[in-house]
Amino acid sequence: MGKNSKAIEREEVVIRFSGDSGDGMQLTGSLFTDTAALYGNDLTTFPDYPAEIRAPQGTVGGVSGYQVHLGHSEIYTPGDYADVLVAMNPAAIKANIKWTKPDGTIIYDKDNFTEKNIEKAGYISDPITEEKLEHYNIIAAPITSMVKEALKNFGLDPKTVIRTKNMFALGMVYWMFDRKLKHTEQFFDKKFASKPEVAEANKIALRTGYYYAETIEALIPIRVSPAPIASGSYRNICGNAATAWGLMAAAERAGLKLFIGSYPITPATGILEELAARKDLGVISFQAEDEIAGICSALGASFAGHLAVTSTSGPGLALKSEAIGLAVMAELPIVIIDVQRGGPSTGLPTKTEQSDLMQALYGRNGESPVVVIAASTPSDCFHFAFEAARIALEHMTPVILLTDGYLANGTEPWRIPAMADLPEIKPPFASEKELPYLPYKRDDKRLARFWAVPGIPNLEHRIGGLEKTVKGTVSYIPENHEMMVNLREEKVARVVEKVPDLTVSGEDSGDLLVVGWGGSYGYRVMAVRELQAEGYKISNVTFNYINPLPRNVAEVFSKFKTIVVCELNLGQFVNYLRMKFPEFKYEQVNKVQGLPFTVKEIKDKCLEILSR
Amino acid sequence: MTEFTSNQMTPKDFKSDQEVRWCPGCGDHAVLNSVQKALSELGVQKEKIAFISGIGCSSRFPYYMNTYGFHGIHGRASAIATGVKTSNPELSVWQITGDGDALAIGGNHFIHTIRRNVDINILLFNNEIYGLTKGQYSPTSGKGLVTKTSPFGTVEEPFSVGELVIGAKGKFFARTLDSNVSLSTQIYIEAARHKGTSVVEVLQNCVIFNDGIHDEIAGKEVREDRTVILRHGEPMVFGKKGDKGLILDGLKLKVVTLGEHGIAEKDLLVHDAFETNPGIHYMLANMRYPEYPVALGVIRSVPGHTYEKGVEEQINTIRKDAKIKCMDDLLNSGSVWKVS
Repeated sequence: MGKNSKAIEREEVVIRFSGDSGDGMQLTGSLFTDTAALYGNDLTTFPDYPAEIRAPQGTVGGVSGYQVHLGHSEIYTPGDYADVLVAMNPAAIKANIKWTKPDGTIIYDKDNFTEKNIEKAGYISDPITEEKLEHYNIIAAPITSMVKEALKNFGLDPKTVIRTKNMFALGMVYWMFDRKLKHTEQFFDKKFASKPEVAEANKIALRTGYYYAETIEALIPIRVSPAPIASGSYRNICGNAATAWGLMAAAERAGLKLFIGSYPITPATGILEELAARKDLGVISFQAEDEIAGICSALGASFAGHLAVTSTSGPGLALKSEAIGLAVMAELPIVIIDVQRGGPSTGLPTKTEQSDLMQALYGRNGESPVVVIAASTPSDCFHFAFEAARIALEHMTPVILLTDGYLANGTEPWRIPAMADLPEIKPPFASEKELPYLPYKRDDKRLARFWAVPGIPNLEHRIGGLEKTVKGTVSYIPENHEMMVNLREEKVARVVEKVPDLTVSGEDSGDLLVVGWGGSYGYRVMAVRELQAEGYKISNVTFNYINPLPRNVAEVFSKFKTIVVCELNLGQFVNYLRMKFPEFKYEQVNKVQGLPFTVKEIKDKCLEILSR
Repeated sequence: MTEFTSNQMTPKDFKSDQEVRWCPGCGDHAVLNSVQKALSELGVQKEKIAFISGIGCSSRFPYYMNTYGFHGIHGRASAIATGVKTSNPELSVWQITGDGDALAIGGNHFIHTIRRNVDINILLFNNEIYGLTKGQYSPTSGKGLVTKTSPFGTVEEPFSVGELVIGAKGKFFARTLDSNVSLSTQIYIEAARHKGTSVVEVLQNCVIFNDGIHDEIAGKEVREDRTVILRHGEPMVFGKKGDKGLILDGLKLKVVTLGEHGIAEKDLLVHDAFETNPGIHYMLANMRYPEYPVALGVIRSVPGHTYEKGVEEQINTIRKDAKIKCMDDLLNSGSVWKVS
């Protein structure tokens, strides 16, 4: 493999692979990601695909994309605009051209730009002329015919041959960035161990693409050197896997079995799948008949003394709300993960949004406080899933962990922690020595009740959804109900002992404080850094603990002239802040397109505020 | 699986300190007594027992048992019980439910729990009415029943519990009368010993909102002529004089009188609760008065694999040869690279 001596050195690059949902773009993107990570780049990815498994072929609605942002320095977002767009059909151009930089490179499969496909994508003539893309670096590669030619003596069926064209495209991109093919080749050897001819075909397509790119001399090679990264062991991880692993880590540190009761729902299914595969670590996974049975089975497991979790997305959280209320009343530990997607109703199942915040905080009957936590990067889902479980177990309360479609599917390199560095988790188990056992007696510090697990003699007791006295007797006494409501509220408030103070990135005071929560983290960090570099007095702060809030909110807010809250909804968190801290005035940036923010959108709004 | 050891338990040991709040004369009182009796005879330690319920009059049951108990939400007891049993197969798990709780709002969980064959004992109190909400028709109310929400009579067909259980691949189905403590006790014991989901339909009287709904077959005067108590291995004989029986006539069950048309006891069907083919059990469970006597006793009891055992065995098998034994192993498995 030849070195690209004329290569342009770049700090960072964004590549977007796009094609029909059957073209294997997710695989192509993730193989590129692994190779880039092994090479030592920092990176963040963003898969973007339709809800339909196979939307009508060739249509814009059926375009599946995978964006990778890699860099020589720290990368916080999957990038706003692509430097390189790989388009397997005309619809991919239509869907992605507005996300491609004007001086970018477009590699497309010209064999697929047939009259029919052009029409299906909504073009009348050649998309390149119609979109006026002449000033882009356009590489019209005959990908389909090249793979057909390369594999003609292979005796494979035409369908299998055509399916390798994504590897041809990947081979071209590998040449462009001077990457080794070894990792991808090993992947195919492993994946198609029982079908060596298919593995070989993919490897040949990959190599043919690589050499084709070298031969045409039309691509400008780009070099993105490895990033200076802290030493340690690393792996790529997506938010859903990180969430599942965080829960397993918590179970191990608590010395408990992990039980997940869930129902498949996009984009949360990956958590259930990940845990279902972990029988080697003793995880009990129960695929329930519906969302309600998912959480109810988990509550049964919690009653029986396990670390119980249920995973879902917005519509499923709605279905689980009555059972979350039961968990509040029974004061049983449970972690409910909501991987948010576009709503309401079925909404945009595969797209991202932050619009379940109010549902998580208040979407139940009665005074029903729960702890609400939000993760902010794919890999920190591990940490917050661990913390969600730690809080649930030590404070005997349901905890809702909010992630979103962008975090769930996005990946980034992650420095692997050592289990011994994670805190031990100590649930308040009831003791056989302190009799009689009163189910609603609480510890003085946290107000958590004691957990008596079936099987232990003399701790027999009854709990349930009806209001109870300390002894567990059903009670309609007005003063008792009010006292219990207040105790449950106070118990959740005292979780603040585990909530770290907000840390401001940038100066502690200034003209503008950018505020956000959860998945908008990376975009805010980038926008604020760029503005700081331009000399503005701007800082950023991220909330991961929504209820209870950190202790120092007012202190942090009070040192800035203006506060702007950015979120992917119509203003749920900003309104929550207005209620909790009415002494401050808030500006807001909102977006509800099923997409993450772009750095530019946040920057533009900040500049507008700063220029007033 | 639950261990049954003989020890000196009495029904009283299972009584909690809570005041029983069902209406005087409610059939639930008798069920409570029968269950406490059955448990004392089974000899299960009370700390190894969990009673799980949903919502409704019958669902207050766990409060009256001095065991572990969880009073859940409407219709979801099967799901909660599944979580309890799967988490700890050592426990003896009982679900207390009613016709509304199990078959209306909880219908989905009910059929799927049966299909999975989770080893729990479901006592379904069937009074054909919503009692706790004060008298609305239920999924088992007879067509035409006049209630507060059907002032002109219902226009819908009721479920037959046995039919539904067998349709959901149920392996254990029994029916009893609330007031028949000795039969009920015996059935609860068999239900507890059966490995897999056991459904016992308790024909229960709601003294306030549907009083006497089962009298047509359960009344003291008529009971023996209008019900048949099925016992495995015994001929299907019934009637005050013990002179009636059941035979198979073509593809249908038929009531015959011993001594008439040369019919002798040897001609009668002999009950086989262990038959895997559900055909005859389906017919027996669906017998309705006046054409037939209503079947009581254990109608179907077929051994099968249980869900929680399957889960446990799969985990144990995989763990035996697993390369990944702890989280550190998992964290460092697969595609990992070092940066120094």
